[in-house]
Amino acid sequence: MSRFLIKRLFSATLTLFAVSVLTFLMFFALPRDPVTSICSKNCNPERLERVRDDLGLNDPLISQYAGYMKGIVTGRDLGSAQGGRCDAPCLGWSYVTNEAVSDTIARVLPVTLSIVIPAAILWLLLGVGLGMVSALRRGTWLDRLAIGFSLTGASLQLYFVGAVLLLVFVYNLRLLPVPSYTSLFDNPAKWASGLVLAWVALAFLFSAIYARLSRAQMLETLSEDFVRTARAKGLAKPAVYGRHALRAAITPVVTIAGLDVGGALGGTVITETTFGIQGLGRTAVDAVKAGDLPTIMATVLIAAVFVVLANALVDLLYAAIDPRVRLR
Amino acid sequence: MDSSDAYLRVRDLRVRFDTSDGVVRAVDGVSFAVERGRTLGIVGESGSGKSVTSLAILGLHDAKRATITGEISVGGRQLVGLPDEEVRRLRGRDMAMIFQDPLSALHPYYSIGRQIAEAYRVHHPEASRREARQRAVDMLDRVGIPQPARRFDQYPHEFSGGMRQRAMIAMSLVNDPALLIADEPTTALDVTVQAQILDLLADLQAEFHSAIILITHDLGVVGQVADEVLVMYGGRAVEQGGVEQVLRSPQHPYTWGLLSSVPSLHGDADADLVPIPGNPPSLINLPTGCAFHPRCRYDDRVGDRSRTEVPELRAAGADGHLVACHLSAEERAAIYAENVASVGVAR
Repeated sequence: MSRFLIKRLFSATLTLFAVSVLTFLMFFALPRDPVTSICSKNCNPERLERVRDDLGLNDPLISQYAGYMKGIVTGRDLGSAQGGRCDAPCLGWSYVTNEAVSDTIARVLPVTLSIVIPAAILWLLLGVGLGMVSALRRGTWLDRLAIGFSLTGASLQLYFVGAVLLLVFVYNLRLLPVPSYTSLFDNPAKWASGLVLAWVALAFLFSAIYARLSRAQMLETLSEDFVRTARAKGLAKPAVYGRHALRAAITPVVTIAGLDVGGALGGTVITETTFGIQGLGRTAVDAVKAGDLPTIMATVLIAAVFVVLANALVDLLYAAIDPRVRLR
Repeated sequence: MDSSDAYLRVRDLRVRFDTSDGVVRAVDGVSFAVERGRTLGIVGESGSGKSVTSLAILGLHDAKRATITGEISVGGRQLVGLPDEEVRRLRGRDMAMIFQDPLSALHPYYSIGRQIAEAYRVHHPEASRREARQRAVDMLDRVGIPQPARRFDQYPHEFSGGMRQRAMIAMSLVNDPALLIADEPTTALDVTVQAQILDLLADLQAEFHSAIILITHDLGVVGQVADEVLVMYGGRAVEQGGVEQVLRSPQHPYTWGLLSSVPSLHGDADADLVPIPGNPPSLINLPTGCAFHPRCRYDDRVGDRSRTEVPELRAAGADGHLVACHLSAEERAAIYAENVASVGVAR
């Protein structure tokens, strides 16, 4: 177990290092000057040069990268133009929004978490539930209804579903306020009512995959010998289906869920844009558009951290579900 | 064989599946009975209906797909037509089953002990966890698993094949059932382990006094443990009777074929094994008349009857010995003496 964690920590560090190097290189490979977006049209060449100097953009790439990494590990002094001393983990200073990147992240990360986590719980319950029901009621109208529902979900786009939901529940029925983010700890009711449409839209689209996957898995498991054994023991249906069949059918669902949730936590750009909520995803896209390197680096690294964490979590869950899996 | 105090009595059992390719008559009019303390061996190739019969007794067929008619009486209760919930209460308590491959029949994610304790607690809801655990450990000990308390917490993949089948037997006997159905319990095991498992079953039968149905394709196994034999072909009984009668004076050409394809230690070591020509029939497209006729070496001796008429089960010699064959008793005796017994297969 501890060996597993050490190995995981090591490979995670390596992954994050590679991601940061690639992001850095790709940023400078872009045929654009990041400084032009800071002082727009009325910039003369001398001013541009001075800004470039201030930001350290004239230093060699290696030392810029080393400076950035040093900031994360030990903190660094960014100079008075960029907020002065920046404590570890220092994610730098955004020359677009004029604030410490860590402040930006602290503002937008809870938004994305608030969108993704409840949505994921919803889509897992809905997807696995639908898949179970349609597998157990195979060939009935319930099965067809569930398949139809998941086909619809799989073929629609979020911006369409989102727009329909907004139109119906916000603008026509006026049941819900215009989506916005309020902290869960300030006002839970407002938090939920402002985000519920995003949850529903995401859950609808994602649950489609889970319904189909868990239906197929469940059907396969139901024909397994150990399910027949469970029935031969005289177990009642709920125990046969729940304790014996579902536990074996759920393993692949856990994998997909880990990848999906890990990916979604890195930012749900389309959802955030559709509902006009500023989360990690939109922040990342804005940063790319503005050429805001520190913010790009921070959002990309955070997304990578989530993917790495999700993968480790999937492995842990696998070992918890299947005793044949040994963590090494 | 048809004694009135039999624990299990099956009469004219028919199991039919309606598939998109047509109707499959997997079991077509089979009757037998087993008393407590006795063992019935059901013999046949795959697709002969032997497993379908055992699953029908336990009520494990999907009611939506299978149509079951006839009588299945277990301990005096008529099971055909009984609501599934009532059959469920009997499953695992009054009648239990051992499956062919214990690795796939045990749940890979639950410990052996937990699966046995679960089987106990379904039918003893008043039992505490500790009692169920103790009961499971006792059963593991009883079936010859060393260090049962420690092995309780191990998973099926941590057991060897033979130990897994022992655990499976422990699970099926945990509620002391009066009827035990063993569906090819030794097929997936090493030869050396097979004999141990058969011995164990015989010991346990002596102790628990249960009726056992042993399903197998191995006549050697039948000779070792069964009291009565039922030979099935194409969903029907072609020969049945006491084990001595059926193995010493087999009457049906199919039984002869089965015996001739078993190597014998006592016979001539140079004697050729004679396989039965052809393949088992498809149940969806069973040959007309006698289902065995396309593979029967003597089918020309009865003319068209083998194609047009299904042979009835009729008394053959000693009491309770039945055979379904168009050949007359004299013809069978002549063929047997001349062609079959000489191959050195009669036990």
